[in-house]
Amino acid sequence: MSTAITAPAAVAANTPYERSAGFWTGVLRKLARDPVAIGAAIVLLLLVAMALFAPLLTPHDPYQASMLKRLKPIGFENYLLGTDELGRDMLSRLMVGARLSLFMGITPVLIAFVIGSGIGILAGYAGGLVNTLIMRTIDVLYAFPSVLLAIALSGALGAGIGNALLSLTIVFIPPIARVAESVTTQVRSRDYVEAARASGAEAFTIVRVHVLGNVLGPIFVYSTSLIAVSMILASGLSFLGLGVKPPEPEWGLMLNTLRTAIYTQPWVAALPGLMIFITSISFNLLSDSLRSAMDVKN
Amino acid sequence: MSIGISVEHIGADPHGDRGGPAQPLLTVKKLVKHFDLKKSFLETLNGGGKVVRAVDGVDFKVLKGETLGVVGESGCGKSTTARLLMHLIEPSAGEIVFNGETVGSPALPLREYRRQVQMVFQDSYSSLNPRLTIQDSIAFGPQVHGVPKREALTRARDLLARVGLEPSRFAERYPHELSGGQRQRVNIARALASEPRLVILDEAVSALDKSVEAQVLNLLMDLKDEFGLTYIFISHDLHVVRYISDRVMVMYLGKVAETGPAEALFERPLHPYTRALLSSMPSMDPDHRTEEAPLAGDPPNPIDPPPGCRFHTRCPHAEAVCAQQVPSLESENGREAACLIHEPGSGHSDARAAIYAA
Repeated sequence: MSTAITAPAAVAANTPYERSAGFWTGVLRKLARDPVAIGAAIVLLLLVAMALFAPLLTPHDPYQASMLKRLKPIGFENYLLGTDELGRDMLSRLMVGARLSLFMGITPVLIAFVIGSGIGILAGYAGGLVNTLIMRTIDVLYAFPSVLLAIALSGALGAGIGNALLSLTIVFIPPIARVAESVTTQVRSRDYVEAARASGAEAFTIVRVHVLGNVLGPIFVYSTSLIAVSMILASGLSFLGLGVKPPEPEWGLMLNTLRTAIYTQPWVAALPGLMIFITSISFNLLSDSLRSAMDVKN
Repeated sequence: MSIGISVEHIGADPHGDRGGPAQPLLTVKKLVKHFDLKKSFLETLNGGGKVVRAVDGVDFKVLKGETLGVVGESGCGKSTTARLLMHLIEPSAGEIVFNGETVGSPALPLREYRRQVQMVFQDSYSSLNPRLTIQDSIAFGPQVHGVPKREALTRARDLLARVGLEPSRFAERYPHELSGGQRQRVNIARALASEPRLVILDEAVSALDKSVEAQVLNLLMDLKDEFGLTYIFISHDLHVVRYISDRVMVMYLGKVAETGPAEALFERPLHPYTRALLSSMPSMDPDHRTEEAPLAGDPPNPIDPPPGCRFHTRCPHAEAVCAQQVPSLESENGREAACLIHEPGSGHSDARAAIYAA
């Protein structure tokens, strides 16, 4: 402290430039102080690790059926979480199932984030007629409830993982594009964008330098909150037989096949639902924390 | 830039000035901006709905090296005029001539014009990108015009030092880490980075507290001398305008009411509106308190401005003729006023007397 005060200006000019923490460093620092965010992040990391290393961790073969050990309760012999209707180990299936379930939850949102942001930023920055055309088209898709749209598209395209991913992507483009459009419209009217226009910059340069950095954050936060929805919709599609096919383990599909056992082994039957719940609530809590951490006013 | 410049030297003039110092830097002719109101279906059938006449035929000149103060009530079209000058919004009609060339003509494309004319906004925070360091914000303009990044950053740091912000401490900071006065200094540096001739200051010091405001005003005056700048200084603060301006333009309801040299205009206003505006100025001397009642009521709605002289509804000297005849901007001894009293033979009963008094 004292050296800084006594140091003459000439020396100060030679010292390296004072670098202040960037925006994202600040966000991370705020997140690190938020116990909810840390908790949710740890749960998600564990889930991802579990999905990645599932083949090494599973105590039993998740596909190995046994007619003698069907629908056993939690804690039966060395089956920690019991067995399903074909006598397969629930724990192993839940672990392996995390792979497909997380994949089906994250991928459509990621693709929709890229496409939806592009559409929304274009509409928001262009304004006028371009905006009207794009947004009214988006509104047509937006008019359908997301579950119905996903089922209708999947049904039309046919069952299968690829088609389920495609239909979920289409479902998530309109809401992301809408958020992107409204954020971009706000940013476009800020004085720094006006100042950039006044300096003679091209629209593309202005979007790249001044718009993207200020809109991608909020769009990203919104998109993370959609991962939970995507997982539930993907599970729903599998439940209806439109997504993943048996015998592949996937939480939604497992929930479906176990529903007949809801009276005999309710706890075992509820396990896949519990996994979906834990994952989606973690994503939601993390995205909530991210939103408040990115609020510059605090 | 001596007065006796020879023909050969004109090409060598760094600014490429045309027509010598007497030629105005900026000439605005019949500038008009009408904003469309939302039309109903029936009005569309009838051929158009109503428009807000934000700027309705404004003429003025800005001389080289001067500071033109622009004053007027809220909603008189000051800021719209500024944004029209920057072409941030497209004028409905009118012409802007900069340094002898029409803006947007092949001789002066909009992009080149925008390098030579820059603007400082009122809100120091929202006029800086929160995700860019301030040196990146300042260096953006020059980079747009083809200056290499390294050179642009060097220029940004030099300018930071020039506006009184130690580059080693401030160059890599973000806007939210600076105070309002510091941010406005950054905005001034940003405006100067593309080496403009004309800087439009739209309420640039209005949001600062008084002591900081004075520092920034003095900085602006120093920079003007150092870089040979011309200012258009828009403000609602009459004291500040009087302090900084060489000439002053008074606007009322989208039109120019009066222009003239600052001292003359403040000492002896010609237009009744200017007089009313000046009398609303708080007095600095407790022995001479502001006694005269300022203007009553709000200005009329610019959607449906009064016919004739726009000020006649609030003018103490209004006569029947004022509601019928639109006063023209009469020029005399470097002063202009759009008032029938100053228009010989206008039919106003005070018209002759005023001419003799002038």
